[in-house]
Amino acid sequence: MLCFHVCAGEIFELKAELNSDKKEKKKEAVKKVIASMTVGKDVSALFPDVVNCMQTDNLELKKLVYLYLMNYAKSQPDMAIMAVNTFVKDCEDPNPLIRALAVRTMGCIRVDKITEYLCEPLRKCLKDEDPYVRKTAAVCVAKLHDINAQLVEDQGFLDTLKDLISDSNPMVVANAVAALSEIAESHPNSNLLDLNPQSINKLLTALNECTEWGQIFILDCLANYAPRDDRESQSICERVTPRLSHANSAVVLSAVKVLMKFMEMLPKDLDYYGTLLKKLAPPLVTLLSAEPELQYVALRNINLIVQKRPEILKHEMKVFFVKYNDPIYVKLEKLDIMIRLASQANIAQVLAELKEYATEVDVDFVRKAVRAIGRCAIKVEQSAERCVSTLLDLIQTKVNYVVQEAIVVIKDIFRKYPNKYESVIATLCENLDSLDEPEARAAMIWIVGEYAERIDNADELLESFLEGFHDESTQVQLQLLTAIVKLFLKKPTETQELVQQVLSLATQDSDNPDLRDRGYIYWRLLSTDPVAAKEVVLAEKPLISEETDLIEPTLLEELICHIGTLASVYHKPPSAFVEGSRGVMHKRLPARTGSGESTESPDVGTIAGGSGTETAPSIIPSQGDLLGDLLNLDLAPPTTTGPPPPTSGMQMGGMDLLGGGLDSLVGSPMPPRHLGGDIGGSAAMGAGFGAVPAVMPASLNAPMGGGLGDLFDLGGGVGMPLGAYIPPKTVWLPAMKAKGLEISGTFARRAGVIQMELTLTNKAMSVMTDFAIQFNRNSFGLAPAGPLQVLSPLSPNQTIEVSLPLSTVGPVMKMEPLNNLQVAVKNNIDVFYFSCQYPISMLFVEDGKMERQVFLATWKDIPNENESQFQIKDCHLNSDAASNKLQASNIFTIAKRTVEGQDMLYMSIKLSNGIWVLAELRVQTGNPNYTVRKERIRIT
Amino acid sequence: MIGGLFIYNHKGEVLISRVYRDDIGRHAVDAFRVNVIHARQQVRSPVTNIARTSFFHVKRSNIWLAAVTKQNVNAAMVFEFLYKMCDVMAAYFGKISEENIKNNFVLIYELLDEILDFGYPQNSETGALKTFITQQGIKGQHQTKEEQSQITSQVTGQIGWRREGIKYRRNELFLDVLESVNLLMSPQGQVLSAHVSGRVVMKSYLSGMPECKFGMNDKIVIDKAGKGGVTDDVAKSTTGKQSIAIDDCTFNQCVRLSKFDSERSISFIPPDGEYELMRYRTTKDIILPFRVIPLVREVGRTKLEVKVVIKSNFKPSLLAQKIEVRIPTPLNTSGVQVICMKGKAKYKASENAIVWKIKRMAGMKESQISAEIELLPTNDKKKWARPPISMNFEVPFAPSGLKVRYLKVFESKLNYSDHDVIKWVRYIGRSGIYETRC
Repeated sequence: MLCFHVCAGEIFELKAELNSDKKEKKKEAVKKVIASMTVGKDVSALFPDVVNCMQTDNLELKKLVYLYLMNYAKSQPDMAIMAVNTFVKDCEDPNPLIRALAVRTMGCIRVDKITEYLCEPLRKCLKDEDPYVRKTAAVCVAKLHDINAQLVEDQGFLDTLKDLISDSNPMVVANAVAALSEIAESHPNSNLLDLNPQSINKLLTALNECTEWGQIFILDCLANYAPRDDRESQSICERVTPRLSHANSAVVLSAVKVLMKFMEMLPKDLDYYGTLLKKLAPPLVTLLSAEPELQYVALRNINLIVQKRPEILKHEMKVFFVKYNDPIYVKLEKLDIMIRLASQANIAQVLAELKEYATEVDVDFVRKAVRAIGRCAIKVEQSAERCVSTLLDLIQTKVNYVVQEAIVVIKDIFRKYPNKYESVIATLCENLDSLDEPEARAAMIWIVGEYAERIDNADELLESFLEGFHDESTQVQLQLLTAIVKLFLKKPTETQELVQQVLSLATQDSDNPDLRDRGYIYWRLLSTDPVAAKEVVLAEKPLISEETDLIEPTLLEELICHIGTLASVYHKPPSAFVEGSRGVMHKRLPARTGSGESTESPDVGTIAGGSGTETAPSIIPSQGDLLGDLLNLDLAPPTTTGPPPPTSGMQMGGMDLLGGGLDSLVGSPMPPRHLGGDIGGSAAMGAGFGAVPAVMPASLNAPMGGGLGDLFDLGGGVGMPLGAYIPPKTVWLPAMKAKGLEISGTFARRAGVIQMELTLTNKAMSVMTDFAIQFNRNSFGLAPAGPLQVLSPLSPNQTIEVSLPLSTVGPVMKMEPLNNLQVAVKNNIDVFYFSCQYPISMLFVEDGKMERQVFLATWKDIPNENESQFQIKDCHLNSDAASNKLQASNIFTIAKRTVEGQDMLYMSIKLSNGIWVLAELRVQTGNPNYTVRKERIRIT
Repeated sequence: MIGGLFIYNHKGEVLISRVYRDDIGRHAVDAFRVNVIHARQQVRSPVTNIARTSFFHVKRSNIWLAAVTKQNVNAAMVFEFLYKMCDVMAAYFGKISEENIKNNFVLIYELLDEILDFGYPQNSETGALKTFITQQGIKGQHQTKEEQSQITSQVTGQIGWRREGIKYRRNELFLDVLESVNLLMSPQGQVLSAHVSGRVVMKSYLSGMPECKFGMNDKIVIDKAGKGGVTDDVAKSTTGKQSIAIDDCTFNQCVRLSKFDSERSISFIPPDGEYELMRYRTTKDIILPFRVIPLVREVGRTKLEVKVVIKSNFKPSLLAQKIEVRIPTPLNTSGVQVICMKGKAKYKASENAIVWKIKRMAGMKESQISAEIELLPTNDKKKWARPPISMNFEVPFAPSGLKVRYLKVFESKLNYSDHDVIKWVRYIGRSGIYETRC
């Protein structure tokens, strides 16, 4: 705090001038007072004299006095009251500028006694005939709310403010929106900004007419709206896109925010979706020709956009090339984006650029450029070799920090591509002495330890580090400890002394608990069971991927909702840097295509903590989950050994998602959770056989997956031709109920066509003719694709096999259970009704193999709550066999990776109505239990 | 929203301090001074967070403008506002300097009170502001009621940038197409990146509330017209000419964006006086007015030989002006000998560069400079980074190929037509960042 003592003489002089009769002199005096105030001098002693100047018809003088008042009223509340009369009088002035000035200033005086007097004038001003006064009054409500929220509510100002959203003047609308948005932020649960299609329409109209700033307020407010469905979302997008051509970058960024958010709701195969994507790129590029500070804001935001939707800017790599004169903060950000956009197509150019940057002056920038080369190697496999040779070139420059940075990234490259580039180790070792940064030293030690068997003098190298063990940073100490233990396990004979030395240094001479703990663990491991130690310490390491530096998906989603704001600049949620209640609210992207949720819950909701993606797989032993059912019904064959699946006690936790999707599909307003409950309650679907419970020998205790294992055994062992699994026929219509006609049947999918396979048996005494079939409306729109082909009459005791092709374009209605199908069969005798259940797997279409990239993106996109996991027990197939088996039923394996002895299969399924299900199947070798860890759904 | 706004001189003394929000205390003023202005390091970010308070700053010559907030404000808006604040101040009192700010501090406070209310930016169009924030201050009382309501309706209205009742004896329009062409070229002559960022700047002296329509040889418009079978004169005359592909453009707020979005026509009611109508960017088929061919040879450790050829690549009848080629030299340069065919070349030790200036050069010509650079032997291991050779110039055409097709003025209420307006069009192409690596 700057404190100046104003000498008494000066104050006295000013006092005299303030009380002078001459207007000019008065004004000059007030000016002097303000000037003193600006530089931090305390001129509060002059309060009464300055306030006395307030009653003037000189607008300039008045404004100066007001400025003084705003500054000192709080410290002199009693005297501030003296000003009230003038304010109230000014609020009635015939000149709108003076009315507005009075109400504006009054709102800035944070003195309780004054705010009481403010209410009446404010009420009048909110309804003033002049728009200038109204727009000022609108903001004043927000000011008053900041001082005394209760008062604002009691006085009903919030309602008046809401009315102003329908004002004829666009600027009044904009300010009302700004004020309401701010007030709403401190009342998270209030329905203050009750946005509905009508009010949205008003905002969109005002958007075309108001000032650039007003457009920003309105767009930022629009971004909080959750459109009811994709059509509304599209129509808002259409009206917002023209803003992308605005000269004001903030208008552009706020428009981008609205579009990025609402795009989530658009179906991806929509033409408009593609058009929108194309429209987003040029304005983002244009932002880069703005002033450097704005470029910085834009680049931080582009960084987020590129992670969320890489397709938008994938062809725009060149615009992110660094210019020699860019400020350093712009350079660093551009570099980050270059790496994110690097792909096989442009990698050559990117590398050439990066190499160029690595010779620049700014140390931070050079380091980042070197690191970027390493990241490129990890991201684009084809470029790895070129990257490594570039890094070696850079090491040859012997520029200290370049060398160190290069070694750090080479370590990562080793971890990504083991056994490929180790030939360069010799070159690295040459630079051992020049490394003085902990990170580089640690990296080098890691390399030496990891490849100890290939480095002849590894022990000498490590020993040289050991000499100054206590002076090293923890990072280096820990690494050195591990490296020496590795070395010992690889070359036990020569290094016993060394390992003992390091263990005693770590355990006895160190005060660092981490180091001691690690030392003890190694020590005990080595002394009790060296074989186990070998398995632990030299275990195969998981490969690292480029994803490591991506922003965690839930945070990314939240930040996308904050495009243009400080949160997007810091890449932190507002709660991380905003105090108090404001900004603690988490925002999130809307769910796709009006799933029941988006209309039910307000868009601003709290995210349940953390990402939740990497939690330990919890096992749900009950057989209820959709995917469990799917897998089971696909895999479980009609074996005699396998216990048939139980048919009751289903708890279909995972279903509510699909339910949610279907829900909107079918147009039922029921919220998903409720629906899930419904389905869960109505058992039979999970059985997968589409079986009527009565005919199934129930064996409730047997694990669901029992049959699965057998299937795998059979499928793999006997080598039967792989094909989609067809459940056995069951009796759908017993003869007693249908005047002698017995119908049993099943469903199959053959060459992409769903077939209903029926066996009709005539158990009556008379001939049956004129067969016809019809379906009731059902969940997936199944309908007969042709007539029931029973050509010859069915004589008594005759059985006929009929196969009826089905289409999925029939009318849709949600059924319970979901896969229930009501059928009517007619013959010359009567019409008979029955219902049966079809296996969901029948609806899996052949083009359900998702593009790898799309899969990745989608996987990330899907919110956590659309996720469930469960286990399939006793399945004795390896992952490849399982994958083949599943593929036969149109469950496609997109990717496979092996982590710590577990095979992870990533699979996609597409249903005939365009719903996608993504799954991760985790298979542990030797463990007959499979874990299906994720199941995610989206609708295209 | 913006919690406070401070202006400092280069020493960090506060010249203007206006606090809008209660959460910003007086200490914020000092925090910025200590942590940013007096910081030893170069500025690493235009946004700084100090003790949960965020500071946005821009610099104009040696004046710092800082906006402060404790909330999650729209960062882009804050910077746009700071620039706008600079524009407004410049429009009122010229250059933003310590002296000007000190002399006009009352005015600045008055402006800050008007254009930022509780931290929310309000109308900041100088045209509108000047109608009621005047340096005389006495005007307030002498206004008639009509005048007052005219002011308020303009400030809050749909056409906030223009007032009613403007009259000129001669209706005149000046239209400048100003382009800056940017290039990054590899030593081998490969274009690494090139783009033109252009501006259409207008000065309009028109009476009343004229409606204007601006047309250029934008590919999309011309293709559309061609396809639609439009046979008016304009379409005919232009289809022969080349049209250009505009990557993106942004417009002054007077332009009706929705109309541009749907019909791609640029229509507007212009502000009075000078303003920037639009900005645009093109990347295809750019005419690069100059080609720089560098040749750097290191002769031993203490000598460099540099030869640079420049070629002008435009119609021989046109003349480029103010040509300047800047060839960077290493830090340990001890002496330079230069020979150039044309213009003047000088080694400027303080700038670590050879600066070669040519006043005028016609198209399709070529000129050359060669220099011998003596170096002091150093122990510095680090290699010289070889910054790129940069160029400045001005040419009398638009490197993007943009052509103005028409600018029509309609004012139905007043007694003048499009033909009566005198229109002037001029094209100027300047170098932006025009660099060739060597």
